[in-house]
Amino acid sequence: MENLNIFIRSIFIDNMIFAYFLGMCSFLAVSKNVKTAFGLGIAVTFMLVVTLPLNYLLNTYVLQPGAMAWLGDEYANVDLSFLSLILYIAVIASMTQLVEMAVEKFSPSLYASLGIFLPLIAVNCAILGGSLFMQQRDFPSVWTAVCAGGGWGLGWLLAIAAIAAIRERVTAYSNVPAPLRGVGITFIITALMGIAFMSFLGIKI
Amino acid sequence: MAEKVKNSTVFFNPFSKNNPVVVQILGICSALSVTAKLEPAIVMGLSVIAVLAFSNVIISLIRNTIPTSIRIIVQLVVVAGLVIIVSELLKAYAYDVSLQLSVFIGLIITNCILMGRLEAFAMANRPWPSFLDGVGNGVGYTIILVIVAFFRELLGCGTILGFQVVPDCAYQAGYVNNGLMILPPMALIVVACIIWVHRSLNKDLQEK
Repeated sequence: MENLNIFIRSIFIDNMIFAYFLGMCSFLAVSKNVKTAFGLGIAVTFMLVVTLPLNYLLNTYVLQPGAMAWLGDEYANVDLSFLSLILYIAVIASMTQLVEMAVEKFSPSLYASLGIFLPLIAVNCAILGGSLFMQQRDFPSVWTAVCAGGGWGLGWLLAIAAIAAIRERVTAYSNVPAPLRGVGITFIITALMGIAFMSFLGIKI
Repeated sequence: MAEKVKNSTVFFNPFSKNNPVVVQILGICSALSVTAKLEPAIVMGLSVIAVLAFSNVIISLIRNTIPTSIRIIVQLVVVAGLVIIVSELLKAYAYDVSLQLSVFIGLIITNCILMGRLEAFAMANRPWPSFLDGVGNGVGYTIILVIVAFFRELLGCGTILGFQVVPDCAYQAGYVNNGLMILPPMALIVVACIIWVHRSLNKDLQEK
């Protein structure tokens, strides 16, 4: 039940794009049409679901102060938390490469549609941000990490697909002032969507 | 870069003509999240300048020995090492600000400005121009951060760097702080306004 709450909270209330503005760079670059946006969204969701539990285990059993106690009493006082950034990014970067190789081998058609986005994901702030929020909030179990990762990923997917759909219409049908065309108007649309998403803030689940 | 570019161009271009935030559209994530107040924005800007300059130099020094297939991971490790140093320094000397910035110091690692500059400049240039490029882009980023934070703090709280600038008599006359400016979505609107002004002044940057 608790995990379901976290899953739904992560999609709507803690939405990566509308509440924290993470992953904006690839969000702005790729949200020009719905199909590619959807592909990137799937890739981000997948990576969040995979890396968040991995980093959770890493944090719980290696990095936290006293986390190494399972190795024996002499390790009980070791605090490696200053290494967390470098290990998280290493996990994310290597997982990205692994997933890329696996997808290429087992499903060439998926690779053809998703391929170009996979390397981009290693430097997507939403993925690293997910791991850092996980560390900050002390999740109780690894399943919570899975649910939060899935929720954040789906929230990101929802946001990028919605914005891409709006952008397609805006470029086709409306007369935007020349200096605002492209990026400028996307910023404003995203801000308005963000304000709309803030109405979820009051919801208690 | 085939032709030799003058060092001064490398340094000053990112201030306005090739600004990392409003022209290259890089590093938006952190630019938006830390700008509710001026002080964290300045600290964030300085951290990014430091990390960007030194990572540019390091990558430029070892650029000929990095195998292309793993260069992203090498770059990430160099950047992550530098960010850890910055974050430990902030925890030691500016604890309050480091609490306000929370995860966003860590997110400098995935700041697209870093990857963008390392890929586009440091991998192909000598250390000294790379250093200038790093500092120049860092300053360009900081300028935008400071402008956004200035307006958000002024209109949202009536203060600048924590000092009250809107006089008391204005409040008695019915002036009210605009609470909307503190909320995260307004950062996007302010950046959009900056882009609007910037592109009306530089017509060649407009799209289509």
